[in-house]
This record gives sequence, C-alpha cells and structure tokens, in this order.
Amino acid sequence: MTSRALEAPGLDARLHVPDRLDASLTAAAGDVVAVIGPNGAGKSTLLGALAGIVPAIGSVEVGGRSWTDPVVPVRDRGVGLVFQDQSLFPHLCARENVAFGLRTRGVPRAEARARADQWLDRLGVGELASRRPDQLSGGQAQRVAIARALAPEPALLLLDEPFAGLDVGVATSLRLELARHLAAFDGVAVLVTHDALDALTLADRVVVLEDGEVVQDGTPADVAARPRTAHVARLVGLNVVTQGGQLRAFSPVAVTVSPGRPHGSARNCWHAEVAGVAPHGEALRVLARADDGPELIADVTPASAIELGLAPGQPVWMSVKETSVDTYTMRP
Amino acid sequence: MSGTRPSAPGAGRAPLVLVLPGAIAAVLLVLPLITLVATTPWRDLPDQLGSTVVHQALWLSLETSLLTVALCAVLGTPLAWLLARVEFPGRSLLRAAVAVPLVLPPVVAGVALLSALGRSGVLGRPLLDGFGLTLPYTTPAVVIAHTFVAMPFFVLSVEGALRTAGERFDVVAATLGATRWTTFRRVTLPLALPGLVAGGVLAWARSLGEFGATITFAGNYPGTTQTMPSLIYTELQADRGAAQSLSMILLAVSILVLAALRQRWLRPL
Repeated sequence: MTSRALEAPGLDARLHVPDRLDASLTAAAGDVVAVIGPNGAGKSTLLGALAGIVPAIGSVEVGGRSWTDPVVPVRDRGVGLVFQDQSLFPHLCARENVAFGLRTRGVPRAEARARADQWLDRLGVGELASRRPDQLSGGQAQRVAIARALAPEPALLLLDEPFAGLDVGVATSLRLELARHLAAFDGVAVLVTHDALDALTLADRVVVLEDGEVVQDGTPADVAARPRTAHVARLVGLNVVTQGGQLRAFSPVAVTVSPGRPHGSARNCWHAEVAGVAPHGEALRVLARADDGPELIADVTPASAIELGLAPGQPVWMSVKETSVDTYTMRP
Repeated sequence: MSGTRPSAPGAGRAPLVLVLPGAIAAVLLVLPLITLVATTPWRDLPDQLGSTVVHQALWLSLETSLLTVALCAVLGTPLAWLLARVEFPGRSLLRAAVAVPLVLPPVVAGVALLSALGRSGVLGRPLLDGFGLTLPYTTPAVVIAHTFVAMPFFVLSVEGALRTAGERFDVVAATLGATRWTTFRRVTLPLALPGLVAGGVLAWARSLGEFGATITFAGNYPGTTQTMPSLIYTELQADRGAAQSLSMILLAVSILVLAALRQRWLRPL
C-alpha cells in the first residue's frame, strides 16, 4: 500500500458539457466521493466526461497528470468503470472479462488469468470464474464487473449506480464489501448514486449535483444534517424550508400535526393539505403541501393518525418547535 | 383428438380473401420444386455424376463459391465495420452504392464489370498493357463476378449485426485500455459472429446460383468458367433431362448446406 501523502494529487477536474454539466470536482488520492442528485442532474455525464467517453470542455488532472492537455484517449486514461448494467462482455467468461484489462496492457495471458482469478476470489466469486455473464445473477455479475474495473489498478475508479437493479439483500452485502475494497483502493473513487445510504456509508465526501452544477460539497454527515436542496432533504428524510435567505432543516419526527392552528411562532407553523400517508417504520409518514409552497413530511403515531382522521386532501396545521430547527446559510 | 386443443375464442375463422391468395402463393412456391424432384430421370443421375463436364462444373462451382465467401469475409467485414462505426463524408452515399448490386440485373452487373475490367476497360487496359493480365473469361473473373453480386448481402448483414450489437461494448473495451484493433478482434467481431455467418450463407447461396453476371463477364468454358448454373443452361438447349438431373444436384447441395448451418447458426433467421 503506497502512502497517501506521497500521492497527494488525486483528482482535479473542471468540466463543461454544453447544456448538461458545468462542474468542478477535486479529491485527494484515496478519497471516495459520492455524487448524488435527481435524475437528469448530470451525474452520469460527469462520469462519462471524466472517463473521456462523453465529449467535454475543460480539464481533468489525475495523480498529477493531465488527461486533457494534451488529450489522453480513453484507453490510456487508466480509469476503471463499473456500469449500472455491469456491461460484462457476453461472449467471455468471468475470468476473461477480468483479464481483459490486463491483457490490453501487455500482461501475458497466463499471468492475466491468474490475477483475474485472484480478483474474483477477493470479490467472493472465485468459483464462478468460468461462467458466462448470462449464467450469473445480478449480484454476481456486479461483483465480476467490480473485479474487472479494479484488476488493472486504475488511477480513477468510476462507479455508476452499482447497486441499482439489485435485490435489497444483495445490494446490502455488496455495499459492505465494496466499502472494504474502496478503503484499500489508492486512487480516487467517484460513486454516482441516488441512494442516500450509499453516500453515507461509502463516501468520505458527498457532492450534490443539480441541473449540472455542484450545489453542495461536504462530508456525508454535514450533507445529511444540513441539506441545501429539496432533493437531498428528501433523500435523507429531512424537512428543509427557505426562510429569509436561510435554510432551516428539521426532522419529520419533530413535526406536530394538528387540526387547528397551534400556538407559537408563525414562522414555524404551516397550513397544509395532506397529499399522502404511508407507513414509515413504526410510525406513519404524512406528506403534506403547505399553502405557501414547501412540501413537508411529518411522522405521527398510528393512534394520532386515526384521531386526526388523516386522508389525502384534508387540511391540517403542521408546526415545529424552534429548538428542533437547524438554521444555516444557503452558501457555505 | 379434435376438441382437446385449446383455442382462443373470438378470433374467428381466417377470412377467405386472405386464405385464397395465401394458398396460391404457397402452391406457386412449392409446386415447381415438387415437379422438379418428381420428373427427374433418377436412373441417369449416376451417369451424370460420372461425366467429366459435370465434375468440372460442380467443383468449379464449389471452389468459386467458397472463394467468394472468403473474399466477402476478408474485404466485406472491414467495409461493414467502416459503414457501421466510422463517421466519414459520403458514408450514406457509399452505403446506398453498396446496396445497388442487390437490385441490379445480373447481366448488367456483367456488362459493368466488362467496362471496368474488360480488355479495353478502364482498369482492364492498364492491367493488360502494364502486366499482361487479362481477367475476362478466366476463373478469377468468375470469382470477381460472384463477389460483385454476393458482397452486398454479406456487407449489409454484417453491418446490421454490428449496429444491433451497438457501440456499448466497444466503449467498455476502450475504458479497459483496448486499442480499436484489439477491440475489433476481441469484442466487436465475436459479438457480430452470427451476422457474419448469416451473411456468409446468403453470399454463398447467391454465388452458387449466379449465372447472368458470370456468363457475361467470364463466359461459359468447361473447366475454367463453366459453373453449374452455366452448365445447366447449356444442357437445357440439348437435353432437358440432363439439365433437370443437374438442377437436382444443385438443389441437394444447397439444402444440405443450409440444413447443416441451420442446426448451429441460423436459429435467429
């Protein structure tokens, strides 16, 4: 394991794809950066631009070496890409899939196969080495895909929603294992996800993209506690409202739902219409739309839900104590 | 047995306006093949097979048709790849031009080949003057004529397969450090293999049956340019029974090869 201090320059990218992306991304070697944001925010475009498979204007520097001046072709960039649909070569067995990136870099066939087997073992699919992709389950295929991306020891590992489309149980165990491999990985890893759990469990840093721009960049804890966009607030299960140029976040557990106007500060009190009610753990989660805009969520006990007779379309008052609200500025 | 098979209610009887023309079409396609088999003088067949002229024609047909397929594979695969994967000016025009021999009357193809490669042709004259080479009325001329008419089938089939397979895996290969040539060898070509085989069969069948372009550009000389179709045509002037026996041989060879390939390769067709 090389020292991270020696490889201090990790990733420094400024990328512009007309109408789709205008973002900067920096990370130290060894960092795992999660990129989250709604569909169409430009997450996959960012990965594609970093890998060189989406045409982009700007600069990418990895490990102190520029990939854009002069332009380095995709094949010489040393990226490892893990695709949402795995994209394993259908005509090659798992072993040959993993050995592919070693063979193209001049590793002799026998050695490439041996190293491929080691990587498959590390990912827990060593006994499936001679199977074709169509004989693998989704979780097994994704393990092979991760082994294939890691085997050539890339400087930059790009993961595009690696758990999407997997069964919940499979995704959970794979997430734990990936955390282990990412911890041992020397380069920079960029993980695109729409799952807050991925971002919070796997990443050292979270970058929030919206409309192709970075709207928040911080530690997972910071982003989870003080989300700056409604999308992330919803992902981490918080209410976020904008008041007087400031953002105010509060947990749905802290919200009181009542039929009449409660006492207390008007700014912590909203007249809203119930949009839906769904079970959430032991509680019921109420989604309501306030008259003046924001969507709010509140967790109530089943008993009080019955007492309130909550149903879509019903007007209610929602309120929160000032002590439960975290107030922060819009820009850092 | 009747009444035990479940049938979907409500679809109703097939209407006569569709059944009648459909049946006529089926008869038109099947009847001549049946009469060909039924009226062939089978007793003469061993004699036919033993004759030198037939031997020569049969071997020439097999040889030239296989060479044609090989030439299509070696030259046509790269052309299909260029058409499917590389952006260049005039690409759609070239694709249209490649398809023209599909609809060109074979005799016209033969005349066109003469204009290019004949003794006084645009390329033929310099070949004759510079190297003393003449192509028309030689065995290579047969292969050239066959390749001219068969290549479009091959190229369009392979190009279709390359487009269906898509560029996705080419991109994956590039991220894994593969050059375009490595990608072509190890990813693109294996994934397009069914298209190559299908295209090869189409090209082979077209070559085996080729008559018009061959007789125009290469002539009809026993031993050098007389393929089976040309021989059948010649025999037809003299002895219809012999022509029919030869047709049976050609039919049998075609069906045999098609059946052999169908087992393994042609399920999607």
